[in-house]
Amino acid sequence: MNCRSEVLEVTVEARQVEEAMLALLHTILLHRSSGKFHYKKEGTYSIGTVGTLDIDCDFIDFTFVRVSSEELDRVIRKAVSEFKDALSSDGMGQISLEFYQKKKSRWPFSDECIPWEVWSIKVNVVNLANEQERQICREKVGEKLGEKVINVVEVINRHEYLPKMPTQSDVDNVFDTSLKDVQPYLYKITYQITDSLGTSVSTTMRRLIKDTLAL
Amino acid sequence: MDSGLSPQDKKDLDKFIKFFALKTVQVIVQARLGEKIGTRSSSSPTGSDWFNLAIKDIPEVTHEAKKALAGQLPGIGRSMCVEISLKTSEGDSMELETWCLEMNEKCDKDIKVSYTVYNRLSVLLKSLLAITRVTPAYKLSRKQGHDYVILYRIYFGEVQLNGLGEGFQMVRVGVVGTPVGTVTLTCAYRTNLAFMSNRQFERSAPIMGIIVDHFVDPPGGGPRPVNMGHPCNYRAPDEDDGGQYAGVQDSQEVCTTSFSTSPPSQCVCTLSPSPSKLSKPLPLDSLPLPLAPGLVTHTLYASRLSYHPPAFAGAAELCHPAANQVLHAGKDHGGVVPVPGQPPHGADAHPTAENAANTPGSSGEDDGLTHSGERRRRRRRDEGRRSASPSDPVVSLNAFTRKIGAFVNKPNAPVTASSLDLPFAAFAPRGLDLEENDPMVQPPDSPTCPSPLQASLHSQGSEGSGQQDDFVMVDFRPAFSKDDLLPMDLGTFYREFQNPPQLASLSLHISAQSMADDLDSLPEKLAVYEKNIDEFDAFVDMLQ
Repeated sequence: MNCRSEVLEVTVEARQVEEAMLALLHTILLHRSSGKFHYKKEGTYSIGTVGTLDIDCDFIDFTFVRVSSEELDRVIRKAVSEFKDALSSDGMGQISLEFYQKKKSRWPFSDECIPWEVWSIKVNVVNLANEQERQICREKVGEKLGEKVINVVEVINRHEYLPKMPTQSDVDNVFDTSLKDVQPYLYKITYQITDSLGTSVSTTMRRLIKDTLAL
Repeated sequence: MDSGLSPQDKKDLDKFIKFFALKTVQVIVQARLGEKIGTRSSSSPTGSDWFNLAIKDIPEVTHEAKKALAGQLPGIGRSMCVEISLKTSEGDSMELETWCLEMNEKCDKDIKVSYTVYNRLSVLLKSLLAITRVTPAYKLSRKQGHDYVILYRIYFGEVQLNGLGEGFQMVRVGVVGTPVGTVTLTCAYRTNLAFMSNRQFERSAPIMGIIVDHFVDPPGGGPRPVNMGHPCNYRAPDEDDGGQYAGVQDSQEVCTTSFSTSPPSQCVCTLSPSPSKLSKPLPLDSLPLPLAPGLVTHTLYASRLSYHPPAFAGAAELCHPAANQVLHAGKDHGGVVPVPGQPPHGADAHPTAENAANTPGSSGEDDGLTHSGERRRRRRRDEGRRSASPSDPVVSLNAFTRKIGAFVNKPNAPVTASSLDLPFAAFAPRGLDLEENDPMVQPPDSPTCPSPLQASLHSQGSEGSGQQDDFVMVDFRPAFSKDDLLPMDLGTFYREFQNPPQLASLSLHISAQSMADDLDSLPEKLAVYEKNIDEFDAFVDMLQ
């Protein structure tokens, strides 16, 4: 099966990077998270409830909705914070949210991670000269993020490939079951920083944020 | 059409669509309440959360939605629409957006109802949550309060988009294919935010002559036209008050879904109402139409009605208290005036171009308290003013000098200006007027509120108007002047020494005289200088 790949591009000020990334990543994860599965006898299962939370941005005229899970929020914030720190005040970078499935392989081969959906958010950081420009930027970035949310929703509502609902033994190959209150699909967040010449820096940081069956 | 669908599936699908419609309305209205929404995730299914999403059910909204649906489901040609509009305190009104839940003929026969359709409807609801925060009306609704309110109206039938003005935009939230048709959720929102004129609005005659709004007048004054909507300013009642719409709430069937992990073709889904929740089931089908017969049901206009439907037992009691609740509760105590003379103050109310100054410094929650506090303060000051006797000039001066600058704390000491030994004292009370009515110092009062201040000012003003003069003294309030213990502050100093006597040497006749004297004494001076010329030369040499 082919991996679905979507690219979103935003141009923001340095102080807006964090919130813009949180907004987009959380919007995607909202759609790709389910309630906790509770398996019962005879192969049936019930699903827990996902709560939502409105988050106002401080540096952008924007409000986004995220899943009501502090654990998940912490994880995403940590990844975004690392990305933001790596990004210089005037550079470009890309943060990727990849949903994957684990496929068990026979020993001695390790498990395969097969991505089925990758969201890449390209970030272009600008510096603004004065307060008036910053105010305009606040509103403009808010509008842009709104457009991106509409794009995300459009893609997701095409209802293309989603992994099959797993059996109890298989659930960790499809979902991230480490969180207490919600269950997103298995995902990883990686990022790349592009230097000013536009080429990818050789030390590409690859950070594995979640791996439920780390051996 | 339904050939491939088992009766159980059909029943489930109908139920899904019905509750999806109800949840859609809840999400949209809650997103326009003007406050941030937050619900908790729960790992153990409670059984009452449709589509595995924690979406609160506001009873009044559910009631209105069910009323609009009147037992039908969105179908082909029958869309459920939620219209969001804005109404200013002056009565101007404008449609902002219309959310439409439609069904078209495109069927997806192979899809599994109880599994895929359910999950996709859940995703669609999540998308709706995200998109409702993105359209322009969201920002407007977050700022509602004193100057305008956001209203909603639910109707069923044909979509009406003419009220959105020219150039409205459409955004598609999503689609879900089902065996009986494709569910589509879209939003059309206005982009042109110029206000409609009031006259234009009143031209549209009400559809039915139903009593509107027996509560306090809306901010626009006068009865609200019938085809206005409900205010989006609801605060959830306490647990005790949950019984207001108990009947309606319990009629909602509870969803306890369990899914099977066996291959989709053998999917088993059980939907059973949780027995504890149902006390007095009110099946939707048997809900009698509460309105007059002969009414076209598919274009019901939801307004704040005070109807007394005969067959709907207990509804009369339900309507009034709930609506009262609506008025009193809410983020900013409602955009509607709940108590006469107490205008609501929005915490982040932004005045529109047409409206007067906003209310700085008052937060929504402390509204009543702030207002009463201010009135108390004003009364105290009035009493103090009346009681201060201006016999001692110094004391009076002291009292008078306790004028506050624009950004200085309000003084508690009595302030009086009558018969003070000051220039332009006649105009001092008017200066006090300025301070009392200064909108920077106190927020402007509601016009209906009788001001105890005006009466007292009137009495004060008449006392001090003895001395007349040619020009008016504008109240002098030097910035940063402190209310010291010393009676002499900068302002007083300035006033006192504003007109010093002229310097003697500058007066004309004296200067003329001195000029003549100077001229006469010149030769003598020159002689003296010549005598001491050596001294001067030595001095100059020293300097070089």
